[in-house]
Amino acid sequence: MPHLVLDKVSIHYDGQPAPAVERVSIDVAKGDFVVLVGRSGCGKTSLLNVAAGLVTPSRGQASINGRGITGPGSDRAVVFQNDALFPWLTARENVAFALRLRGVRPAERARRADELLALVKLGDAGDKHIWELSGGMRQRVGLARALAAEPQFLLLDEPLGALDALTRERMQTTLLDLWTASHVGVLMVTHGIEEALVLATRIVVLAPGPGRVVRGFEPGFSRRYAAGEPVRSIKSDPAFAAARGELTDAIFEGEAA
Amino acid sequence: MTISSYSERPAARTETADGLSVPWSRPSARRKGVSARMVSAVTILLLLAAWALSARLQLVSPVFLPSPVAVWNKFIVVIKDGFVDATLLQHVVASLGRVFAALVAAILVGVPVGLAIGISTVGRGIFDPLLEFLRPIPPLAYLPLVIIWFGIGEPSKILVIAIAMLAPVALSTASGVRGVSRERVNAARSLGATRAQVVRHVVLPSALPSILTGLRIALGAGWSTLVAAELVAATRGLGFMIQSAAQFLVTDVVIMGILVIAAIAFVLEFAIRRIERALVPWAGRE
Repeated sequence: MPHLVLDKVSIHYDGQPAPAVERVSIDVAKGDFVVLVGRSGCGKTSLLNVAAGLVTPSRGQASINGRGITGPGSDRAVVFQNDALFPWLTARENVAFALRLRGVRPAERARRADELLALVKLGDAGDKHIWELSGGMRQRVGLARALAAEPQFLLLDEPLGALDALTRERMQTTLLDLWTASHVGVLMVTHGIEEALVLATRIVVLAPGPGRVVRGFEPGFSRRYAAGEPVRSIKSDPAFAAARGELTDAIFEGEAA
Repeated sequence: MTISSYSERPAARTETADGLSVPWSRPSARRKGVSARMVSAVTILLLLAAWALSARLQLVSPVFLPSPVAVWNKFIVVIKDGFVDATLLQHVVASLGRVFAALVAAILVGVPVGLAIGISTVGRGIFDPLLEFLRPIPPLAYLPLVIIWFGIGEPSKILVIAIAMLAPVALSTASGVRGVSRERVNAARSLGATRAQVVRHVVLPSALPSILTGLRIALGAGWSTLVAAELVAATRGLGFMIQSAAQFLVTDVVIMGILVIAAIAFVLEFAIRRIERALVPWAGRE
């Protein structure tokens, strides 16, 4: 069973007086959707970067399937807030990027890229240039590009953060669809409380100064979506409102009013 | 700048396209608008008229200032019969050949050097001081040394131009490489790209707009060293043509040569801008 594990990870950036993150442990299994939430400065993104292999922890261990993480790898594809697409390539070529790196033949990678574009509902946008796409479309291309590498884990750093509220809402269902269709494990950072509740199988609440885990939730709403319940009906469930209140309290707990 | 380009835009476009009729959507400057381009045209015409008039009134001896008509006639004559054993076209081809050979050399050396400066500390340590040393030296200063070392043949002429082109190409490449977005590099690495693949598939394309700007600057710099490069032992070329004409006080050929050099520089600038738009349509649109 694929496993992404951060074990008692501390991150102390050079030149900083205090560590950004202290002794945080997170465990993501295949099929999990783990969401990190917390106020600014709690080290959410730093932790994600450790999992991605872009930041080396000063103490503790990051490992995937028992092997230590020493750098980025295509077993963990990252999607950033700023889509980080390649503007010199079309949408299709962006999606096919990982396949091109592996030397997959052009016809085969175009076919695969079109499949993935269809999966994120951009089936007819393959020939478009990146600058012709809206923010939501670009983010969907970014997701398709990450999936093309056939990762075991998706690492999402506020992927919906730059989108408007309506697009965001629609992208949440897209994310859920991708997650159920691809059976990857997801580790995601977000500021959105509702977003965390809708998407996560597990929510990890972090507090700043230094970043540490203060609570864990297992909301289970995303399993209900996977079982066929529409997002609208989930969100109007009183249990959802209650969970939102509880999660909000946990995030702002201990903060001077 | 803003005002003039605003007035060049036809008013109909804004009004019919978005159907707005609010005051600020109407370019009110249009009716009496004066564009910078018109001012430039008038300025040039006035200068030409002043030139023609002073030649006509013989304010200056025709030996020093031939009339515009005389220069134009000379232009036709040199196109047809040539000057110092070569037609104008042959002079132009000789000069352009040198400049383009130098450009190719400057790209072959300058782009890798710029890459090295941009991606490695060692590279920067090696090449940065060398380029900074080379950059401010005027071509006439290193011309004698190039001739001592490499002789008076064609390679020396190309080398003189290439040296002038090297710094703009390398430094623009380096600045383009340094400006590569961290997130794009990280995205590529997380998609499985090796270091070499990141350079090939992310760094170079990202730096391409900047490299092309460098080529444009380099072409300008190279073209302006042309006369220096053709100072010694040339038998063809625009620079050589001007110098020969100057030695015999054939002022109309000198002036004609200067105008031809300027016109070609203008065309080159225009062409490379077209190339930029075709090759890097994404620049400035992200």
